[in-house]
Amino acid sequence: MSAVDLYRTVRLIRRFEERAIEFVRSGEIVGGIHPYIGEEAVAAGVCAALRPEDLITSTHRGHGHVLAKGVNPARMFAELMGRESGLNKGRGGSMHAADFSLGILGANAIVGAAGSIATGAAWAHRRRGRDVVAVSFFGDGAMNEGMLLEAFNLAALWQVPVLFVCENNGYATTMPVAGAVAGSITGRAKAFGIPAFTIDGQDPEKVLAATTAAVDRARAGKGPTFLECLTHRLDAHHTFEHRTRLTYRSADELSAGWSRDPVEIQGARLTADDREAVNAEVEALLDAAAGIALGSAHPDPAAALEYLYASPEVMH
Amino acid sequence: MPKLSYLKALNRALGDEMDADPDVFVLGEDIRVAASNLTAGLFARFGPERVLDTPLSEQAFTNFATGAALAGLRPVVEFQIPSLLFLVFEQIANQAHKFSLMTGGQCKVPVTYVVPGSGSRTGWAGQHSDHPYSLFAHVGVKTVVPATPADAYGLLLSAIRDNDPVVVFAPSGALGVREDVDFSTLAPIPLGVGRIARTGSDVTVVALGHLVHDALAVADELAGGGVSVEVFDPRTVYPFDVDGLAASVAKTGRLVVIDDSNRTSGFGAEVLAIAAERFELIAPPRRVTRPDGAVLPFALALDRAVQPGRDQLLAAVRDVLTSGGRG
Ligand SMILES: Cc1ncc(C[n+]2csc(CCOP(=O)(O)OP(=O)(O)O)c2C)c(N)n1
Repeated sequence: MSAVDLYRTVRLIRRFEERAIEFVRSGEIVGGIHPYIGEEAVAAGVCAALRPEDLITSTHRGHGHVLAKGVNPARMFAELMGRESGLNKGRGGSMHAADFSLGILGANAIVGAAGSIATGAAWAHRRRGRDVVAVSFFGDGAMNEGMLLEAFNLAALWQVPVLFVCENNGYATTMPVAGAVAGSITGRAKAFGIPAFTIDGQDPEKVLAATTAAVDRARAGKGPTFLECLTHRLDAHHTFEHRTRLTYRSADELSAGWSRDPVEIQGARLTADDREAVNAEVEALLDAAAGIALGSAHPDPAAALEYLYASPEVMH
Repeated sequence: MPKLSYLKALNRALGDEMDADPDVFVLGEDIRVAASNLTAGLFARFGPERVLDTPLSEQAFTNFATGAALAGLRPVVEFQIPSLLFLVFEQIANQAHKFSLMTGGQCKVPVTYVVPGSGSRTGWAGQHSDHPYSLFAHVGVKTVVPATPADAYGLLLSAIRDNDPVVVFAPSGALGVREDVDFSTLAPIPLGVGRIARTGSDVTVVALGHLVHDALAVADELAGGGVSVEVFDPRTVYPFDVDGLAASVAKTGRLVVIDDSNRTSGFGAEVLAIAAERFELIAPPRRVTRPDGAVLPFALALDRAVQPGRDQLLAAVRDVLTSGGRG
């Protein structure tokens, strides 16, 4: 993937998020979102190393992951606005975005829950003779969930083609990593015999290189890899924080984070003209996407429980 | 008289009880900065040994609380999200709850679990909008759903003082409720004793938590048409105040229950079963619930469509008033 393509992805995610925050403020998006601003290089670099048929599981902070995997921004905006044309037909919202046609098995609102889902899916595809790799994204907070550590064990034991991508942004809501993680993050994966690396999560090209190596390993039948991506969440944990103004990190710390803005890091690799062209292209795409989403229908309340069962005929 | 909000009442009860009893401590996620406001001010007052910010390790810290209780302390565990109770159902239902019996009464497990924001949290969708009080009642864990600030205060105090595990559900829809309270009258409220939230003579409506306020609104509306609704708030789902309800139904002869949980095997079903076994009713009872198997969809109108509401309650009450004939 070219420098321009990687830039396009990080810029798209950034501007999508900024516009989504505006929609939260204007009330078009109800319930708020968990902004991904500052962490774009992880999604962009990881997904650039994947094929369309590869799988991902995402988190409560998942807009970047799904956009990088190829989701149509109009359908994502529509989902955030609870519209029928949304990815999940307005039923899932921000924390459950899924597009199975793109290998996106869903964002998950329970921290640490999806590591084993990705592992099971990757294992099943391999058993059926398919050359598919799965990536599970999660935060540093998830490293303390027992269910994720159990997933590491299964993946290592059965040499499953899965990548565990830890987005270490330094905090689980307000809890700093140092106050939560005994030992080291990579040490936990290594304890199960999973090769684990700590990489710069602000540079899309570095993330892409590390992920490519891990994906190659997985496809070669060598089992799981763990990547700890050091990154910064430059906005709130959730947009509710814009109102409550939780105090848990300093202004200095934030501005240090901004000095390593992934959009700038990748943008600096482009000519001014190329950069300007991509920016304009992204803006036009998002203008159109927002327009489509705003213009699409709300679901019918009478169908509130449609899709509850995949085999509705057995229910009365 | 000063106004007290429901959330502030929970916060006050916790602070007062921590003051009164040095064995009480609280643990949970982001409670040091009080992200949910339940623990506002407590870290500054009581310090890190009594306000323990935990990593995201719900299963571990729930059993940790059980261990601390077995060693003589009185832990209060805060859960940010109702659905986390699914994650720790093992630790509460199968561990904490069973210790006393399995050890032949050698121990007690005085842990309180508080969920400040249960049920629909508007826009938080499928995995964050459950209201699983019926599950805990089903397995016999003491389960409380206060409706008013004074009750939130009094019931949380009793839960903390109780020697068994108690789950306290604070519905999101009730957190903002405020009432005039004379602080000197705030007191513990015994578990298992309901209250008549409004007296009436034609029909008894059983409601819990935020739905008590909906029931009162519906009662007001019906009063205009000459119908007299009694609203019974059991306050504790388990143990359930059968005698309190019996006294009300003896007067009205008609029963409707509104329940923000799923229909099959839910709290509403239990109330109707109690009625079938114990009460003489003039008309078949009705229940207003979430639909069977409901998962709250994200879109606002769909979320609302799945929750039991005033219109449905109104219709159910009218229905029992006109469908008499058994008596
Ligand atoms: C099992 C579980 N516990 C708690 C929560 C509430 N919660 C949502 S996000 C979050 C912090 C997650 O931190 P981390 O895994 O580091 O991801 P980040 O938010 O930093 O991206 C918490 C505590 C939850 N959704 N699921």
